[in-house]
Amino acid sequence: MTESAVADTRRLNSKPQDLTDAYGPPSNFLEIDVYDPQIIGVGRSRYTTYEVRMRTNLPIFKLKDSCVRRRYSDFEWLKNELERDSKIVVPPLPGKALKRQLPFRGDEGLFEESFIEERRSGLEQFINRIAGHPLAQNERCLHMFLQEESIDRNYIPGKNILQASFI
Amino acid sequence: SGLFVQIIITAMSFFGFGQSADIDIVLNDAETRKKAEHKSEDGRKDKYFLFYDGETVSGKVNVTLKYPGKRLEHNGIKIEFIGQIELYYDRGNHHEFVSLVKDLARPGELTQSQTFDFEFTHVEKPYESYTGQNVKLRYFLRATVSRRLNDISKELDIVVHTLSTYPELNSSIKMEVGIEDCLHIEFEYNKSKYHLKDVIVGKIYFLLVRIKIRHMEIDIIKRETTGTGPNVYHENDTIAKYEIMDGAPVRGESIPIRLFLAGYEMTPTMRDINKKFSVRYYLNLVLIDEEERRYFKQQEITLWRKGDIVRKSMSHQAAIASQRFEGSSNPERSQSQSNEEGDS
Repeated sequence: MTESAVADTRRLNSKPQDLTDAYGPPSNFLEIDVYDPQIIGVGRSRYTTYEVRMRTNLPIFKLKDSCVRRRYSDFEWLKNELERDSKIVVPPLPGKALKRQLPFRGDEGLFEESFIEERRSGLEQFINRIAGHPLAQNERCLHMFLQEESIDRNYIPGKNILQASFI
Repeated sequence: SGLFVQIIITAMSFFGFGQSADIDIVLNDAETRKKAEHKSEDGRKDKYFLFYDGETVSGKVNVTLKYPGKRLEHNGIKIEFIGQIELYYDRGNHHEFVSLVKDLARPGELTQSQTFDFEFTHVEKPYESYTGQNVKLRYFLRATVSRRLNDISKELDIVVHTLSTYPELNSSIKMEVGIEDCLHIEFEYNKSKYHLKDVIVGKIYFLLVRIKIRHMEIDIIKRETTGTGPNVYHENDTIAKYEIMDGAPVRGESIPIRLFLAGYEMTPTMRDINKKFSVRYYLNLVLIDEEERRYFKQQEITLWRKGDIVRKSMSHQAAIASQRFEGSSNPERSQSQSNEEGDS
């Protein structure tokens, strides 16, 4: 077999792309907003909740548009569940801010506006990073966190994929 | 002044300044033979005479006495042609796979500087010279003047390249891989065996994209494996990183690959050389998503060295090499063979 002195660098043949695929909505749409902080309760038992709104077209999520209310400790719960059950490296949460819970501060402590905004932004980053992870998407706890009204801390941890599916 | 020199020389012997000599090895075809660059252990690039399997190594050994007029007593002068493998973690042991010796002079004495001719005919050089992270394979000539207390020796390193011709079978690599329900791609590379100055032509076709990809690249990874059994050690080195896509792809998109290998420092694939080491190459396709998560697929490719000497003389070399195994020298037949191929 003789080959020419100059290599053939022409592109390999490929199917032309379907125009619906080219110009249609992407299959990877996933956006989560953490917003609308509300202070619940009175006195020393007050806490802040945030609205967590998810919009997606990923088939793995049952609801394509969901809205729930969560507080910081719920995010901590999710982080702990994922660290225990999945093999992923879970990104960090914004700080616990224990100092802000001490009395005799000059400011509003945990309910200082700038702090709440900082925390809100950190939580939004955290949940977006996790929800996009293919391995995290398999975990029951993530779906419960994002799409069920309240978190059942006595739930049975598990994977969302059908265990019995053989290829 | 003759007497004066004699006194000095006697005094020198008295004080232990014996006669010594410088050795110089010169190849007969030093003027015409090509040189090739080869990186040494410390990273320096030097040029050495280039040889191929089956070629004769011939030349002269010049022994130049340091102090003229004084004899050099010796236990024999010889020249060796050696091919050896040296594992860095076991420096004391050299594994010689080629070891030839020619005696140049029987034990005696040299009264003046002398030149000796040598020829190693049609030497087998089965492997390519290689200097790596944990192992070195080298060929060299070593001329030695043996003496009672300390030998005088000189080494001349050469470089050997192993050549191949276009492989008869060279199928493309085509595979569908992915993460269930998340990312499915089909990748294709036009060949499985590439020569060192070849071009990798390929494509990545996206069947399903449910993650947010930011960037895709192809890396060339060289893996040097030394040791056997439980002591196997792999040294991976990323020779090249080549971005092939910047931005998010969607279903149905095809991304072309065109990667010129000549720009990278690579060796041919070396498999289980003398049962001591291997050097293999892999293409690593890497996709990186918005959150820096990496998805990759590694695929081995075979690299080979294409000769740039004319086909006619190549077959002449091959004919010479084949004579070693056939046992009979049949110059008429091989000559007519090479003439035929030259005419075609």
